Amino acid sequence: MSSIPEKTVSPGKASLFYDPKIRGYFYQILLVAVVGFLIWSAASNVIENLRAQKIASGFGFWHNAAGFDVNQKLIPFTASGSTYGQAFFVGLLNTLLVAALGIVFATVIGFAVGVARLSNNWIIAKLAMIYVEIIRNIPLLLQLFFWYNAVLKPLPDARNSISLPGGIYLNNRGIIMPTPQFGAAFEFVLVALLIAIAAAIAFFVWSRHQQASTGRQYPNGWIALGLVVGLPLLVFFIAGRPLAFEYPQQGRFNLTGGVQVFPEFVALLVGLSTYTAGFIAEVVRAGILAVSRGQTEAAHALGLRSGPTLKLVVVPQAMRVIIPPLTSQYLNLVKNSSLAVAIGYPDLTQVFMGTVLNQTGQAVEMVSITMGVYLTISLVTSFAMNIYNKRMALVER
Amino acid sequence: MTDATLENAPDAFIRRETLEQQPAPLSVAGPLAWVRTKLFSGPLASLLTLVSLYIVIVAVQDLVKFYILDAVWTGTSREACLADKVGRPVGACWPYVADRIQYFIYGSYPIAERWRVNTVFAMFALGVVWLLWSLAPLKKVGAFFFFVILPLSGFILLLGGARAEWVLNTLLWITLALAVVYAVVSFVPSLALWASTPIRLAEAENPPLARFVQGKMLVLLALLVFGAIEVFSERIGLPRVDTGLWGGMTVTFLISAVGIVFSLPLGVVLALGRRSKLPIIQLMSVIFIEFVRGVPLITVLFMANTMLPLFVPQEYSPDRLLRPLIGVALFASAYMAEVIRGGLQAIPKGQFEGAMSLGLGYWQMMRLIILPQAIRIVIPGIVNTFIGLFKDTTLVSIVGIFDFLNTVQATLVDPTWATPTTRTTGYAFAAIFYFVCCWGMSRYSISVEKRMAAGQRR
Repeated sequence: MSSIPEKTVSPGKASLFYDPKIRGYFYQILLVAVVGFLIWSAASNVIENLRAQKIASGFGFWHNAAGFDVNQKLIPFTASGSTYGQAFFVGLLNTLLVAALGIVFATVIGFAVGVARLSNNWIIAKLAMIYVEIIRNIPLLLQLFFWYNAVLKPLPDARNSISLPGGIYLNNRGIIMPTPQFGAAFEFVLVALLIAIAAAIAFFVWSRHQQASTGRQYPNGWIALGLVVGLPLLVFFIAGRPLAFEYPQQGRFNLTGGVQVFPEFVALLVGLSTYTAGFIAEVVRAGILAVSRGQTEAAHALGLRSGPTLKLVVVPQAMRVIIPPLTSQYLNLVKNSSLAVAIGYPDLTQVFMGTVLNQTGQAVEMVSITMGVYLTISLVTSFAMNIYNKRMALVER
Repeated sequence: MTDATLENAPDAFIRRETLEQQPAPLSVAGPLAWVRTKLFSGPLASLLTLVSLYIVIVAVQDLVKFYILDAVWTGTSREACLADKVGRPVGACWPYVADRIQYFIYGSYPIAERWRVNTVFAMFALGVVWLLWSLAPLKKVGAFFFFVILPLSGFILLLGGARAEWVLNTLLWITLALAVVYAVVSFVPSLALWASTPIRLAEAENPPLARFVQGKMLVLLALLVFGAIEVFSERIGLPRVDTGLWGGMTVTFLISAVGIVFSLPLGVVLALGRRSKLPIIQLMSVIFIEFVRGVPLITVLFMANTMLPLFVPQEYSPDRLLRPLIGVALFASAYMAEVIRGGLQAIPKGQFEGAMSLGLGYWQMMRLIILPQAIRIVIPGIVNTFIGLFKDTTLVSIVGIFDFLNTVQATLVDPTWATPTTRTTGYAFAAIFYFVCCWGMSRYSISVEKRMAAGQRR
């Protein structure tokens, strides 16, 4: 190296101190060091504190007996015979149940309200607007308290249950519905339903093929509906109606029999669906407004009537705008279902971060398990969303 | 074909003067037409209109009856709101709200010390108006007031006691020292030239002294505020008020204020980090943002409540109120980061290139060119995030903090005002409070959007 004269060093070369690359490395190493130090000191403090408080660590608790009961459970669970691990699944299933039903209801209400806001009918549009403004500007927790404490709790007690048509009773312990009792032949109905769905899909594929090659169109929707509803119904009657209901009996003090839907569940479901519906309505409205009027006019100019215009031109374009924010609203609903803890619905957060954490004191494990579940749901959904977006995005140069 | 003109069209009647303008016929304009097209445009629409009209009338009637006509407006105890004592159907029980309003606002904060809360409220309102009102002057000073002076003086005033006094004294010394420095620099111009930051272009335009005006104002303002607090604390004294006594709207506003004050700068840093070209910085920002956005706030609050005390040595165990504050601030900063990232993405590449070609470094470019534009674009988004944050402050009641909603809940189980309608009244009051705040903020964000869109209108 010494043979190279010093003069050949380029004159504009800045010192290492100003080299952006070096600076970049420096900042990143600094950040890693700081974060690493924070994690290290937090971890060592945790170990220290846990030892001082004599709290066990690790996941050994998973197989320990739970010792508490849960009112709503989709899988068998008892205080004496079940473990914390089973409690986890009880909570998870309850979360998923309320989230799934909530998404269905929120979508239905949200689309209806969103379309209503754009309605030509003044009073409908204004009502929808009032609904959206009120729902969106009041905290969900307050709404849940309202539904649970102000609507469902003051219902009469079991002795004076309100009797609704269809053998349904309403009281402050929730909704008591007849228990369906499936006969042996009910399997045939289910099989018929599966066959009908398969047939509807097959028909749909065939009719698309037909339309592509010959231009003929078939009423896909009606035929699919007829198949899916009609075939199982037909089999149901042929099989001799293998379904009976065991109605709840009004006793002296209580109702016996029937399926009980707990008021916590009802309050959470109603609160979550109406709240999220307010946001979905805005998403839907924005999506429909995003399709420019020129698209509708051009479709009319091509001779499409308003039905096909909506189906073939407006909705597909609106959906492209609607679906990404719609998914994030669904995710919000799933995350908001953790507010269950405020009204005592045994969802994942209430069971695990509430009861189990209080019993075991193992904060680190409970928090990471619970957060991990929500995080997994979120990440999987947004991953699927990214794939969908890539497929749906307008192809540009 | 022959020419059809005025001259050779024998029998044609041709009007030679313009008609007077006529009003549009009643069938297309005016109230009748409005009713026909907007309410009764078809059988289905008419049915819908009638059904919803019926619903509206019934609902409004019931609400007015319950909350106004049948409501009890005066009284001193629950007796006033019991139907069999009053002898008529009883609606909302407003005396209960009037009786408990102090608790709703201040929680259990000692009565003699409530002027401190009021002072902080007033300062908060001043800061908010200063920053949000588009015509207010000296925005940078306002930002300094809101993001630096307000949190510090809020801490000193609300908490009080020895620790607050120590902070206050330190702050006073710092500001005094700065004031001296500025005084010296102002009177010795050559020093000012030497001390000025290396933006030579701006220097050619402005005399060096002019660029110190803003700095002087900040120091002066800080001196003024902290000095006033010092005078007050000397005269009246600021005894310590434990955070366990704080409650009501005070805590609700406190959490939202802390959330916005800390989440904005943190959000900016995270957003810049996420768009950084340095892989590790980018990765860490993405992990933080996506992690926080992927979990519910309640789990973050539980984590702050149960795990923060484990993360630090036991003698530094954070205060019960501080834990959710940290949780909320971190949670909000992830959402803020995404909003600000949207603004950064909306800035055209030319702005970055222009800044770089002027010889600005990364931080100068961001501070002087990019961020002012990016943040201005996303003000509506920031306000919307803040509305979400404001609503989410209610969740701290789950970890045992007495925010406004929790104070309302607490009075509902209190037998002093236990009547059949207390609950509905309390919830209605809470709903009105949150609605007014959130709705007001959303109106503001819409008005900002409109003002910014004004430039796009032709």
